[in-house]
Amino acid sequence: MTLSLGKDLLGLEPLSSEQIGLILDTAEPFKEISERAIKKVPTLRGATIVNLFFEASTRTRVSFEFAEKRLSADAVNVAASGSSVSKGETLVDTARNLEAMRIDMVVIRHGASGAARFLADRIESNVINAGDGTHEHPTQGLLDMLTLRDRFKRLKGLKVCIVGDVLHSRVARSNIWGLTKMGAEVAVCGPRSLLPNAIDDLGVTVFTRIEEAIEWADALNILRLQLERMTAGYIPSLREYNRVFGVSRERLERGKRDVLILHPGPMNRGVEIDSDVADGPFSVILNQVTNGVAIRMAVLYLLSGGRPELAEAAKHAGGER
Amino acid sequence: MSSILLTGGRVIDPSQQYEGVGDVLIIDDKIEKIGPRVRNDVSGRDGLETIDCTGLVIAPGFIDVHCHLREPGREEVETIATGARAAAAGGFTAVCAMPNTDPVTDNQAAVGFISRQASIANAARVYPIGAISVGERGESLAEIGEMVAAGAVAVSDDGKPVVSAHLMRTALEYARTFGIPVADHCEEPTLAKGGAMNEGIVSARLGLKGIPAEAEEIMAIRDILLARRTGGHIHLCHMSTRGSVELIRWGKERGINVTAEVCPHHISLTEDAVEGYDTNAKMNPPLRTADDVQALQEAVRDGTIDLIATDHAPHHYDEKEREFADAPNGIIGLETALAVNITWLVTTGIIDVPLLIERMSCAPAKVFHLPGGTLRRGAPADVTAFDPNTSWVVDPRKFKSKGRNTPYGGRTLTGRNRYTIVGGRVVHRDDV
Repeated sequence: MTLSLGKDLLGLEPLSSEQIGLILDTAEPFKEISERAIKKVPTLRGATIVNLFFEASTRTRVSFEFAEKRLSADAVNVAASGSSVSKGETLVDTARNLEAMRIDMVVIRHGASGAARFLADRIESNVINAGDGTHEHPTQGLLDMLTLRDRFKRLKGLKVCIVGDVLHSRVARSNIWGLTKMGAEVAVCGPRSLLPNAIDDLGVTVFTRIEEAIEWADALNILRLQLERMTAGYIPSLREYNRVFGVSRERLERGKRDVLILHPGPMNRGVEIDSDVADGPFSVILNQVTNGVAIRMAVLYLLSGGRPELAEAAKHAGGER
Repeated sequence: MSSILLTGGRVIDPSQQYEGVGDVLIIDDKIEKIGPRVRNDVSGRDGLETIDCTGLVIAPGFIDVHCHLREPGREEVETIATGARAAAAGGFTAVCAMPNTDPVTDNQAAVGFISRQASIANAARVYPIGAISVGERGESLAEIGEMVAAGAVAVSDDGKPVVSAHLMRTALEYARTFGIPVADHCEEPTLAKGGAMNEGIVSARLGLKGIPAEAEEIMAIRDILLARRTGGHIHLCHMSTRGSVELIRWGKERGINVTAEVCPHHISLTEDAVEGYDTNAKMNPPLRTADDVQALQEAVRDGTIDLIATDHAPHHYDEKEREFADAPNGIIGLETALAVNITWLVTTGIIDVPLLIERMSCAPAKVFHLPGGTLRRGAPADVTAFDPNTSWVVDPRKFKSKGRNTPYGGRTLTGRNRYTIVGGRVVHRDDV
């Protein structure tokens, strides 16, 4: 039986290491397409895709849109504002209306955990989770892993520490599931008030001192700290956060070895990450963005029924769907 | 004179430690006699309706001290009539209606309206519970004395906690004057704020904001201490954690006037039921851990938890058909309570059928000072006959309740109500 992803990509928790490996491997040939002068292959010609974004997003939406266009799909963007959603339409009605237009795939970003699953359970089209509440952001997890694999040529045994607001982070959850399934060692580092109370049961190491995390890790994945966390009383101030948990060049230089720096963006320079780290020699933050398009192309391709062995062929001229 | 003879059942009345195969004779609206061969005394009597109860348990009718009948205000979701019929179908001969209606049942006229609608419904009895505070706003006491005079059997701001400790203190003192319990929905609001399920490993995985057990326990111990201070009767609604059980035990050991209830879902399901974001597993307090379920089951057995109540909370299907965090709390329970309790407490050997009847009938009558809960001669003829052994598949479309929001849909449960008699009239016969 050929390995497949099933109908939807809702998260990395339900996937096997083989399925995750399949996506990462399928992304490899797609990387090259974005380096061409004419960045387009006909792989998804005729497929209609809706990018349904209930939360503001630039990076993820544009990344999906480029992935769709480079595969020749017809993509439509629906933003929550200006649509019937802002007039009080329920998610289930939105879903049914989209389905009635005979679309092939929906990429959904939504503020409620479980929203992608909710949609997937109710429509026939493929559903890709582009971030649901504080649950998962699987394509971000995948592009982070692809970026790590590019640099280290392996994931197994790699030590990755996720730094910051793990409690509210869908990126953290997808990274924890994906990396642990691929055999990496995962740690988290942040104030206890921004770690889930049950973090110790998730199979990760917990560091409460950033210096220890830097000492331990091969790579740091630094999460964005939302300003609201301060007003909601989770931390005293952004200033203190930076003093205690901010990743600075000084802290990195005190470590014994080089540590790769990832950040899912958008960055708060001077809060969770200092500029000279973000722009420094060990930062792969822009590589993550480049890989994001390849990962999303791979996911779209696999969910549309594309066979992994044909991905390489699809790269060369006229692959049929 | 009308009379009903229930024959050949296993008659169980924990209120007089009675158990034996036999008959129950009802004359008009009262219990006349129970015993092994009552039929011999009345053979050939005119107008006698005989119901064969072979294989069934005949018990004092169940009493649910905690349900939401949604009338007035949300009649499209449930009415007092449909709720009373659902109750009868589930073997309940009486239920207590919580006051979080629209408008809130916080005055004597509103209490009278509930009683009047119930008498028209002609099914299970419905006793109104009045609000503790005006509008359930937690600010000033409602006119509790007048509500009691109009028929309220308890007061509660259920659905919301009484946040002010001072208001709870005065409510306990004031209600004590009238001899009624104060039923509290224990929830420390700043800890529970925004929470959608139990705080733990499942909430961490699903990315849902959790409600820690302490949100309930902090209020439970506050209420117990205020009952100690005032001598008032605190009744703790829908207890869901091991910690709460330990606190209630602490209070009872010291002779504090505290009683407590547990819901069938909290002795049967865990937070794992939320998996897949099933909004029919969303309620407040939330489903907890297997350890909590075990503690609650044990507490039902040893009496730390006095009684089982449903917290029947119907919602329109549209309201539950949405993102988990935005879906309303609550599930219906009247028509599944008996079977859930038998499936998770009796067939598992934790309690026996007589103790189940004690927790579903005798204790609720005693704790809320209600008629019923006994088959003594002269007691109201509120009787339930159920089959404790038969299995059935839950089909929510067949409910008498307007609600369909249950996590038990499609599950096979053991135990089913067959006949419900209220005041000497058969108000429900199971279609078999």
